[in-house]
Amino acid sequence: MPPVPPIAIIAESEKWFDASKLPLFVIAIVVLGVVVLLWLMSRRGSSFTPRQIPGLKAVEDAIGRATEMARPVLYTPGWGGDIQRPTTIASMNILSQVAEKTAQYDCTLIYPTHDPVIQSVAQEVVSESYARSGFADRYRQEDVRYVSSSQFGYAAAVEGIITRTQPAAIFLLGTFEAESLILAETGNTVGAIQIAGTDSTIQLAFFIVACDYTLIGEELFVASGYLSGDKAILASVRAQDMLKIALAAFLLIAMVWVTFAPNSGWWKF
Amino acid sequence: MSRRVAQIVCAVFGVLMFLLFFSGHPTAKAITLAITTQYWQVIAAFALIVGAVSFVRVNVKAIQRRQDIPFRAIGLLGMISMPVLAIGWGIGGSSPFLWVFENIQAPMQSTVFALLAFFVASASLRGFRARSIPAAILLVSAVVMLLSRSWFESTTSSFLLTASDWLRNYPSMAARRAILIGIGLGSLTTSLRLIVGIERTWLGGSR
Repeated sequence: MPPVPPIAIIAESEKWFDASKLPLFVIAIVVLGVVVLLWLMSRRGSSFTPRQIPGLKAVEDAIGRATEMARPVLYTPGWGGDIQRPTTIASMNILSQVAEKTAQYDCTLIYPTHDPVIQSVAQEVVSESYARSGFADRYRQEDVRYVSSSQFGYAAAVEGIITRTQPAAIFLLGTFEAESLILAETGNTVGAIQIAGTDSTIQLAFFIVACDYTLIGEELFVASGYLSGDKAILASVRAQDMLKIALAAFLLIAMVWVTFAPNSGWWKF
Repeated sequence: MSRRVAQIVCAVFGVLMFLLFFSGHPTAKAITLAITTQYWQVIAAFALIVGAVSFVRVNVKAIQRRQDIPFRAIGLLGMISMPVLAIGWGIGGSSPFLWVFENIQAPMQSTVFALLAFFVASASLRGFRARSIPAAILLVSAVVMLLSRSWFESTTSSFLLTASDWLRNYPSMAARRAILIGIGLGSLTTSLRLIVGIERTWLGGSR
Protein backbone atom coordinates (compact mmCIF):
# COMPACT_ATOMS: atom_id res chain seq x y z
CA MET A 1 0.00 0.00 0.00
CA PRO A 2 1.55 3.35 -1.02
CA PRO A 3 2.14 5.87 1.77
CA VAL A 4 -0.60 8.46 2.20
CA PRO A 5 0.70 11.95 1.34
CA PRO A 6 0.41 14.46 4.23
CA ILE A 7 -1.95 16.71 2.27
CA ALA A 8 -4.51 13.84 2.11
CA ILE A 9 -4.38 13.41 5.91
CA ILE A 10 -5.04 17.12 6.43
CA ALA A 11 -7.95 17.03 3.99
CA GLU A 12 -9.49 14.02 5.82
CA SER A 13 -9.31 15.72 9.24
CA GLU A 14 -10.80 18.96 7.87
CA LYS A 15 -14.11 17.46 6.75
CA TRP A 16 -17.35 18.85 8.13
CA PHE A 17 -17.81 15.62 10.09
CA ASP A 18 -14.66 14.25 11.71
CA ALA A 19 -15.07 10.47 11.26
CA SER A 20 -12.66 9.74 14.13
CA LYS A 21 -15.30 11.14 16.54
CA LEU A 22 -18.10 8.91 15.21
CA PRO A 23 -18.16 6.51 18.24
CA LEU A 24 -18.41 9.49 20.61
CA PHE A 25 -21.18 11.00 18.49
CA VAL A 26 -23.13 7.71 18.56
CA ILE A 27 -22.75 7.46 22.37
CA ALA A 28 -23.95 11.07 22.80
CA ILE A 29 -26.98 10.43 20.60
CA VAL A 30 -27.81 7.22 22.52
CA VAL A 31 -27.54 9.11 25.84
CA LEU A 32 -29.73 11.90 24.47
CA GLY A 33 -32.26 9.32 23.23
CA VAL A 34 -32.48 7.57 26.61
CA VAL A 35 -32.79 10.89 28.50
CA VAL A 36 -35.54 12.18 26.19
CA LEU A 37 -37.37 8.80 26.22
CA LEU A 38 -37.52 8.69 30.02
CA TRP A 39 -38.46 12.37 30.14
CA LEU A 40 -41.40 11.68 27.82
CA MET A 41 -42.35 8.67 29.99
CA SER A 42 -42.36 10.91 33.06
CA ARG A 43 -44.66 13.37 31.28
CA ARG A 44 -47.07 10.51 30.60
CA GLY A 45 -47.25 9.67 34.28
CA SER A 46 -44.35 7.29 34.99
CA SER A 47 -42.67 8.12 38.28
CA PHE A 48 -39.07 7.43 39.23
CA THR A 49 -38.02 7.10 42.85
CA PRO A 50 -34.51 8.42 43.47
CA ARG A 51 -32.00 6.25 45.29
CA GLN A 52 -31.05 7.38 48.77
CA ILE A 53 -28.00 9.64 48.98
CA PRO A 54 -27.05 10.42 52.62
CA GLY A 55 -25.30 13.70 51.74
CA LEU A 56 -28.45 15.07 50.12
CA LYS A 57 -30.74 13.81 52.89
CA ALA A 58 -28.58 15.83 55.29
CA VAL A 59 -29.05 19.15 53.44
CA GLU A 60 -32.28 20.09 55.23
CA ASP A 61 -30.90 18.94 58.61
CA ALA A 62 -27.81 21.08 58.11
CA ILE A 63 -29.85 24.21 57.32
CA GLY A 64 -32.20 23.46 60.23
CA ARG A 65 -29.22 23.16 62.54
CA ALA A 66 -27.85 26.52 61.37
CA THR A 67 -31.25 28.12 61.99
CA GLU A 68 -31.50 26.70 65.50
CA MET A 69 -28.00 27.91 66.33
CA ALA A 70 -28.69 31.35 64.79
CA ARG A 71 -25.58 30.98 62.64
CA PRO A 72 -25.26 31.40 58.87
CA VAL A 73 -24.95 28.83 56.10
CA LEU A 74 -21.90 29.14 53.84
CA TYR A 75 -21.98 27.85 50.28
CA THR A 76 -19.01 28.08 47.91
CA PRO A 77 -18.38 26.52 44.48
CA GLY A 78 -14.57 26.30 44.74
CA TRP A 79 -11.85 28.01 42.79
CA GLY A 80 -11.33 25.50 39.97
CA GLY A 81 -14.42 26.03 37.89
CA ASP A 82 -16.07 28.64 35.75
CA ILE A 83 -19.65 28.92 34.62
CA GLN A 84 -18.94 26.80 31.52
CA ARG A 85 -18.34 23.64 33.56
CA PRO A 86 -21.25 21.21 34.09
CA THR A 87 -20.08 20.89 37.70
CA THR A 88 -20.66 24.61 38.31
CA ILE A 89 -24.11 24.38 36.71
CA ALA A 90 -24.89 21.35 38.90
CA SER A 91 -23.72 23.37 41.91
CA MET A 92 -26.03 26.25 40.89
CA ASN A 93 -28.94 23.82 40.76
CA ILE A 94 -28.23 22.72 44.35
CA LEU A 95 -27.72 26.36 45.40
CA SER A 96 -31.23 27.11 44.18
CA GLN A 97 -32.68 24.46 46.51
CA VAL A 98 -30.48 25.45 49.45
CA ALA A 99 -31.39 29.15 49.01
CA GLU A 100 -35.09 28.28 48.98
CA LYS A 101 -34.74 26.53 52.33
CA THR A 102 -32.59 29.26 53.94
CA ALA A 103 -35.23 31.79 52.84
CA GLN A 104 -38.00 29.73 54.45
CA TYR A 105 -36.04 29.29 57.68
CA ASP A 106 -34.83 32.94 57.72
CA CYS A 107 -31.22 31.78 57.86
CA THR A 108 -28.39 33.87 56.36
CA LEU A 109 -26.78 32.34 53.27
CA ILE A 110 -23.25 33.52 52.44
CA TYR A 111 -21.91 32.71 48.98
CA PRO A 112 -18.28 33.77 48.32
CA THR A 113 -16.89 33.06 44.86
CA HIS A 114 -13.75 33.66 42.80
CA ASP A 115 -15.49 34.43 39.51
CA PRO A 116 -17.57 37.55 38.77
CA VAL A 117 -19.62 35.61 36.17
CA ILE A 118 -20.48 32.94 38.74
CA GLN A 119 -21.31 35.74 41.20
CA SER A 120 -23.77 37.33 38.76
CA VAL A 121 -25.49 34.01 38.03
CA ALA A 122 -25.54 33.04 41.72
CA GLN A 123 -27.09 36.39 42.69
CA GLU A 124 -29.86 35.76 40.18
CA VAL A 125 -30.38 32.15 41.34
CA VAL A 126 -30.49 33.08 45.04
CA SER A 127 -32.70 36.12 44.45
CA GLU A 128 -35.21 34.05 42.46
CA SER A 129 -35.18 31.28 45.07
CA TYR A 130 -35.96 33.78 47.83
CA ALA A 131 -38.76 35.26 45.73
CA ARG A 132 -40.15 31.79 44.93
CA SER A 133 -40.29 30.87 48.60
CA GLY A 134 -42.23 34.08 49.31
CA PHE A 135 -39.50 35.89 51.26
CA ALA A 136 -37.90 38.17 48.68
CA ASP A 137 -37.29 40.80 51.40
CA ARG A 138 -34.86 38.44 53.19
CA TYR A 139 -32.43 38.41 50.25
CA ARG A 140 -29.28 40.51 50.69
CA GLN A 141 -27.29 41.00 47.51
CA GLU A 142 -23.99 41.51 49.35
CA ASP A 143 -24.17 37.98 50.79
CA VAL A 144 -23.41 36.63 47.31
CA ARG A 145 -20.02 38.16 46.85
CA TYR A 146 -16.91 38.09 44.70
CA VAL A 147 -13.79 37.82 46.85
CA SER A 148 -10.71 37.22 44.68
CA SER A 149 -9.72 35.52 41.43
CA SER A 150 -6.41 34.42 42.93
CA GLN A 151 -6.53 30.83 44.21
CA PHE A 152 -5.04 31.44 47.63
CA GLY A 153 -6.55 34.90 47.87
CA TYR A 154 -9.92 33.17 47.48
CA ALA A 155 -8.92 30.48 49.99
CA ALA A 156 -7.78 33.08 52.53
CA ALA A 157 -10.95 35.15 52.04
CA VAL A 158 -13.30 32.18 52.50
CA GLU A 159 -11.23 30.93 55.44
CA GLY A 160 -11.55 34.39 57.01
CA ILE A 161 -15.31 34.48 56.43
CA ILE A 162 -15.67 31.02 58.04
CA THR A 163 -13.58 32.04 61.04
CA ARG A 164 -15.40 35.34 61.58
CA THR A 165 -19.00 34.29 60.88
CA GLN A 166 -18.76 30.76 62.35
CA PRO A 167 -21.29 29.13 59.98
CA ALA A 168 -23.13 26.11 61.33
CA ALA A 169 -23.41 24.49 57.90
CA ILE A 170 -20.92 24.62 55.02
CA PHE A 171 -21.58 23.45 51.48
CA LEU A 172 -18.45 22.91 49.37
CA LEU A 173 -20.00 21.94 46.04
CA GLY A 174 -18.24 22.59 42.74
CA THR A 175 -14.76 22.32 41.28
CA PHE A 176 -12.06 22.49 43.92
CA GLU A 177 -8.29 22.35 43.71
CA ALA A 178 -5.61 22.80 46.39
CA GLU A 179 -7.88 25.05 48.45
CA SER A 180 -10.28 22.17 49.21
CA LEU A 181 -8.57 20.93 52.37
CA ILE A 182 -7.84 24.47 53.62
CA LEU A 183 -11.56 25.26 53.53
CA ALA A 184 -12.74 21.86 54.80
CA GLU A 185 -10.36 21.86 57.75
CA THR A 186 -11.22 25.45 58.66
CA GLY A 187 -14.90 24.47 58.58
CA ASN A 188 -14.10 21.53 60.80
CA THR A 189 -12.37 23.74 63.37
CA VAL A 190 -15.50 25.94 63.75
CA GLY A 191 -17.67 22.82 64.23
CA ALA A 192 -19.76 23.24 61.09
CA ILE A 193 -21.63 20.35 59.52
CA GLN A 194 -20.02 20.04 56.10
CA ILE A 195 -21.46 18.66 52.85
CA ALA A 196 -18.99 18.52 49.99
CA GLY A 197 -18.90 17.31 46.42
CA THR A 198 -16.55 17.82 43.49
CA ASP A 199 -15.61 16.38 40.12
CA SER A 200 -11.93 16.29 41.06
CA THR A 201 -10.98 12.76 42.15
CA ILE A 202 -7.86 14.05 43.92
CA GLN A 203 -9.79 16.54 46.07
CA LEU A 204 -12.52 13.97 46.82
CA ALA A 205 -10.08 12.15 49.07
CA PHE A 206 -9.59 15.30 51.16
CA PHE A 207 -13.32 15.92 51.40
CA ILE A 208 -14.03 12.33 52.47
CA VAL A 209 -11.56 12.71 55.34
CA ALA A 210 -12.50 16.25 56.44
CA CYS A 211 -16.26 16.57 55.76
CA ASP A 212 -19.35 14.95 57.27
CA TYR A 213 -20.94 14.04 53.93
CA THR A 214 -19.36 13.81 50.50
CA LEU A 215 -21.16 13.57 47.18
CA ILE A 216 -19.03 11.25 45.07
CA GLY A 217 -18.87 11.38 41.30
CA GLU A 218 -22.25 11.66 39.62
CA GLU A 219 -24.10 12.24 42.92
CA LEU A 220 -23.31 15.95 42.51
CA PHE A 221 -25.14 15.98 39.18
CA VAL A 222 -28.29 14.24 40.42
CA ALA A 223 -28.69 16.47 43.47
CA SER A 224 -31.05 19.02 41.91
CA GLY A 225 -33.50 16.25 40.93
CA TYR A 226 -33.24 14.65 44.35
CA LEU A 227 -33.79 17.90 46.25
CA SER A 228 -36.52 19.36 44.02
CA GLY A 229 -38.37 16.10 43.37
CA ASP A 230 -38.93 17.36 39.82
CA LYS A 231 -40.24 14.43 37.75
CA ALA A 232 -38.44 15.39 34.55
CA ILE A 233 -35.08 15.73 36.27
CA LEU A 234 -35.61 12.47 38.16
CA ALA A 235 -36.33 10.77 34.84
CA SER A 236 -32.98 11.98 33.48
CA VAL A 237 -31.31 10.75 36.68
CA ARG A 238 -32.85 7.31 36.04
CA ALA A 239 -31.51 7.49 32.48
CA GLN A 240 -28.08 8.25 33.88
CA ASP A 241 -28.27 5.21 36.18
CA MET A 242 -29.38 2.96 33.32
CA LEU A 243 -26.50 4.15 31.16
CA LYS A 244 -24.07 3.54 33.98
CA ILE A 245 -25.31 -0.04 34.37
CA ALA A 246 -25.04 -0.55 30.60
CA LEU A 247 -21.50 0.80 30.62
CA ALA A 248 -20.52 -1.42 33.56
CA ALA A 249 -21.97 -4.46 31.75
CA PHE A 250 -20.02 -3.54 28.62
CA LEU A 251 -16.80 -3.21 30.63
CA LEU A 252 -17.35 -6.62 32.26
CA ILE A 253 -18.05 -8.32 28.93
CA ALA A 254 -15.03 -6.66 27.33
CA MET A 255 -12.85 -7.67 30.29
CA VAL A 256 -13.88 -11.35 30.07
CA TRP A 257 -13.59 -11.29 26.27
CA VAL A 258 -10.07 -9.87 26.25
CA THR A 259 -9.02 -12.42 28.89
CA PHE A 260 -9.93 -15.32 26.60
CA ALA A 261 -9.12 -13.61 23.28
CA PRO A 262 -6.28 -11.16 23.94
CA ASN A 263 -5.87 -10.30 20.24
CA SER A 264 -9.47 -9.20 19.70
CA GLY A 265 -10.15 -5.50 19.60
CA TRP A 266 -13.86 -5.08 18.82
CA TRP A 267 -14.36 -3.34 22.16
CA LYS A 268 -11.83 -0.61 21.38
CA PHE A 269 -13.19 2.67 20.06
CA MET B 1 -40.29 36.25 28.74
CA SER B 2 -36.62 36.96 29.61
CA ARG B 3 -36.29 33.40 30.91
CA ARG B 4 -37.69 32.03 27.66
CA VAL B 5 -35.15 34.06 25.67
CA ALA B 6 -32.29 32.84 27.91
CA GLN B 7 -33.47 29.26 27.47
CA ILE B 8 -33.63 29.60 23.68
CA VAL B 9 -30.13 31.16 23.57
CA CYS B 10 -28.85 28.31 25.78
CA ALA B 11 -30.45 25.66 23.54
CA VAL B 12 -29.19 27.22 20.29
CA PHE B 13 -25.62 27.66 21.51
CA GLY B 14 -25.68 24.24 23.20
CA VAL B 15 -26.67 22.47 19.99
CA LEU B 16 -24.22 24.59 17.97
CA MET B 17 -21.27 23.79 20.25
CA PHE B 18 -22.26 20.10 20.32
CA LEU B 19 -22.24 19.92 16.51
CA LEU B 20 -19.06 21.99 16.16
CA PHE B 21 -17.22 19.57 18.45
CA PHE B 22 -17.70 16.80 15.89
CA SER B 23 -16.48 18.87 12.95
CA GLY B 24 -12.90 19.22 11.77
CA HIS B 25 -13.64 21.90 9.16
CA PRO B 26 -11.57 25.09 9.51
CA THR B 27 -14.73 27.22 9.60
CA ALA B 28 -16.15 25.14 12.45
CA LYS B 29 -12.85 25.38 14.33
CA ALA B 30 -12.79 29.16 13.82
CA ILE B 31 -16.34 29.52 15.18
CA THR B 32 -15.49 27.32 18.20
CA LEU B 33 -12.39 29.39 18.88
CA ALA B 34 -14.31 32.65 18.59
CA ILE B 35 -17.03 31.50 21.02
CA THR B 36 -14.81 29.80 23.59
CA THR B 37 -12.03 32.39 23.73
CA GLN B 38 -12.91 35.76 22.19
CA TYR B 39 -16.58 36.03 23.21
CA TRP B 40 -15.74 34.58 26.59
CA GLN B 41 -13.04 37.18 27.18
CA VAL B 42 -15.49 39.98 26.40
CA ILE B 43 -18.05 38.53 28.85
CA ALA B 44 -15.36 37.99 31.52
CA ALA B 45 -14.07 41.57 31.13
CA PHE B 46 -17.53 43.05 31.73
CA ALA B 47 -18.20 40.60 34.56
CA LEU B 48 -14.96 41.68 36.24
CA ILE B 49 -16.39 45.20 36.52
CA VAL B 50 -19.45 43.70 38.22
CA GLY B 51 -17.15 41.75 40.57
CA ALA B 52 -15.05 44.81 41.40
CA VAL B 53 -18.14 46.94 42.10
CA SER B 54 -19.53 44.17 44.33
CA PHE B 55 -16.21 43.90 46.20
CA VAL B 56 -16.07 47.64 46.85
CA ARG B 57 -19.74 47.84 47.87
CA VAL B 58 -19.52 44.90 50.31
CA ASN B 59 -16.38 46.24 51.98
CA VAL B 60 -17.49 49.90 52.13
CA LYS B 61 -20.79 48.84 53.72
CA ALA B 62 -18.94 46.72 56.27
CA ILE B 63 -16.61 49.63 57.14
CA GLN B 64 -19.66 51.89 57.58
CA ARG B 65 -21.08 49.30 59.99
CA ARG B 66 -17.63 49.20 61.71
CA GLN B 67 -17.16 45.48 61.00
CA ASP B 68 -13.62 44.09 60.56
CA ILE B 69 -12.30 47.51 59.55
CA PRO B 70 -8.56 46.59 59.25
CA PHE B 71 -9.21 43.62 56.92
CA ARG B 72 -11.67 45.54 54.77
CA ALA B 73 -9.39 48.59 54.53
CA ILE B 74 -6.39 46.51 53.46
CA GLY B 75 -8.53 44.68 50.88
CA LEU B 76 -9.75 47.96 49.39
CA LEU B 77 -6.26 49.48 49.50
CA GLY B 78 -4.86 46.50 47.56
CA MET B 79 -7.63 46.67 45.01
CA ILE B 80 -7.18 50.39 44.37
CA SER B 81 -3.37 50.55 44.55
CA MET B 82 -2.53 47.75 42.08
CA PRO B 83 -4.32 49.30 39.06
CA VAL B 84 -2.91 52.73 40.00
CA LEU B 85 0.64 51.30 40.09
CA ALA B 86 0.11 49.43 36.81
CA ILE B 87 -1.32 52.44 34.96
CA GLY B 88 1.14 54.93 36.46
CA TRP B 89 4.44 53.04 36.21
CA GLY B 90 3.66 50.02 34.00
CA ILE B 91 4.16 46.33 34.80
CA GLY B 92 7.75 45.97 33.55
CA GLY B 93 10.78 44.44 35.24
CA SER B 94 11.58 47.21 37.73
CA SER B 95 8.08 48.65 38.17
CA PRO B 96 6.48 49.15 41.61
CA PHE B 97 3.61 46.91 40.44
CA LEU B 98 5.97 43.95 39.96
CA TRP B 99 7.76 44.72 43.22
CA VAL B 100 4.45 44.58 45.13
CA PHE B 101 3.49 41.38 43.30
CA GLU B 102 6.79 39.62 44.00
CA ASN B 103 7.36 40.88 47.55
CA ILE B 104 3.85 41.08 48.98
CA GLN B 105 1.30 39.12 46.95
CA ALA B 106 3.41 36.05 46.08
CA PRO B 107 4.70 35.52 49.67
CA MET B 108 1.14 35.86 51.03
CA GLN B 109 -0.10 33.25 48.54
CA SER B 110 2.76 30.95 49.50
CA THR B 111 1.86 31.41 53.16
CA VAL B 112 -1.73 30.31 52.61
CA PHE B 113 -0.54 27.37 50.49
CA ALA B 114 1.88 26.37 53.26
CA LEU B 115 -1.06 26.01 55.66
CA LEU B 116 -1.99 22.96 53.62
CA ALA B 117 0.85 20.95 55.16
CA PHE B 118 -0.62 21.36 58.65
CA PHE B 119 -4.16 20.75 57.45
CA VAL B 120 -3.06 17.51 55.72
CA ALA B 121 -1.50 16.36 59.00
CA SER B 122 -4.58 17.16 61.10
CA ALA B 123 -6.99 15.63 58.56
CA SER B 124 -4.84 12.49 58.30
CA LEU B 125 -4.79 12.13 62.06
CA ARG B 126 -8.60 12.09 62.14
CA GLY B 127 -9.07 10.05 58.97
CA PHE B 128 -6.62 7.26 59.60
CA ARG B 129 -8.16 5.80 62.74
CA ALA B 130 -8.72 2.04 62.50
CA ARG B 131 -12.33 2.11 63.75
CA SER B 132 -13.60 -0.37 61.17
CA ILE B 133 -12.19 -2.86 58.65
CA PRO B 134 -12.33 -0.38 55.70
CA ALA B 135 -10.69 2.30 57.89
CA ALA B 136 -7.99 -0.20 58.91
CA ILE B 137 -7.32 -1.06 55.23
CA LEU B 138 -7.08 2.67 54.49
CA LEU B 139 -4.65 3.12 57.37
CA VAL B 140 -2.40 0.24 56.23
CA SER B 141 -2.44 1.55 52.64
CA ALA B 142 -1.55 5.04 53.84
CA VAL B 143 1.33 3.74 55.95
CA VAL B 144 2.70 1.73 52.99
CA MET B 145 2.46 4.80 50.73
CA LEU B 146 4.09 7.09 53.28
CA LEU B 147 6.96 4.71 54.01
CA SER B 148 7.57 3.97 50.32
CA ARG B 149 8.02 7.68 49.63
CA SER B 150 10.29 8.37 52.63
CA TRP B 151 13.95 7.71 53.44
CA PHE B 152 12.81 4.49 55.17
CA GLU B 153 12.22 2.85 51.80
CA SER B 154 15.91 2.95 50.93
CA THR B 155 16.80 0.97 54.05
CA THR B 156 14.51 -1.98 53.28
CA SER B 157 13.88 -4.26 50.31
CA SER B 158 11.97 -3.06 47.26
CA PHE B 159 8.77 -4.61 48.66
CA LEU B 160 7.38 -1.30 49.90
CA LEU B 161 7.88 0.39 46.54
CA THR B 162 6.29 -2.56 44.71
CA ALA B 163 3.34 -2.59 47.12
CA SER B 164 2.76 1.17 46.84
CA ASP B 165 2.94 1.03 43.03
CA TRP B 166 0.42 -1.83 43.04
CA LEU B 167 -1.91 0.18 45.31
CA ARG B 168 -1.74 3.20 43.00
CA ASN B 169 -2.02 1.29 39.72
CA TYR B 170 -4.81 -1.18 40.57
CA PRO B 171 -7.22 -0.49 43.49
CA SER B 172 -6.75 3.28 43.44
CA MET B 173 -6.86 3.59 39.65
CA ALA B 174 -9.92 1.28 39.39
CA ALA B 175 -11.83 3.40 41.93
CA ARG B 176 -10.76 6.63 40.26
CA ARG B 177 -11.88 5.42 36.83
CA ALA B 178 -15.25 4.31 38.20
CA ILE B 179 -15.77 7.79 39.68
CA LEU B 180 -14.62 9.43 36.42
CA ILE B 181 -17.14 7.36 34.41
CA GLY B 182 -19.89 8.57 36.75
CA ILE B 183 -18.71 12.18 36.44
CA GLY B 184 -18.58 11.87 32.65
CA LEU B 185 -22.12 10.52 32.46
CA GLY B 186 -23.31 13.10 34.96
CA SER B 187 -21.73 15.96 32.97
CA LEU B 188 -23.25 14.64 29.75
CA THR B 189 -26.78 14.25 31.13
CA THR B 190 -26.61 17.62 32.94
CA SER B 191 -25.56 19.32 29.69
CA LEU B 192 -28.32 17.55 27.76
CA ARG B 193 -30.88 18.51 30.42
CA LEU B 194 -29.85 22.16 29.98
CA ILE B 195 -29.92 22.06 26.18
CA VAL B 196 -33.26 20.26 26.00
CA GLY B 197 -34.73 22.53 28.68
CA ILE B 198 -35.51 19.87 31.31
CA GLU B 199 -33.24 21.60 33.84
CA ARG B 200 -34.19 25.21 34.45
CA THR B 201 -33.00 25.80 38.00
CA TRP B 202 -30.01 27.80 36.64
CA LEU B 203 -32.55 30.38 35.43
CA GLY B 204 -33.45 31.06 39.03
CA GLY B 205 -35.46 28.00 39.84
CA SER B 206 -38.31 28.17 37.35
CA ARG B 207 -39.44 24.59 36.79
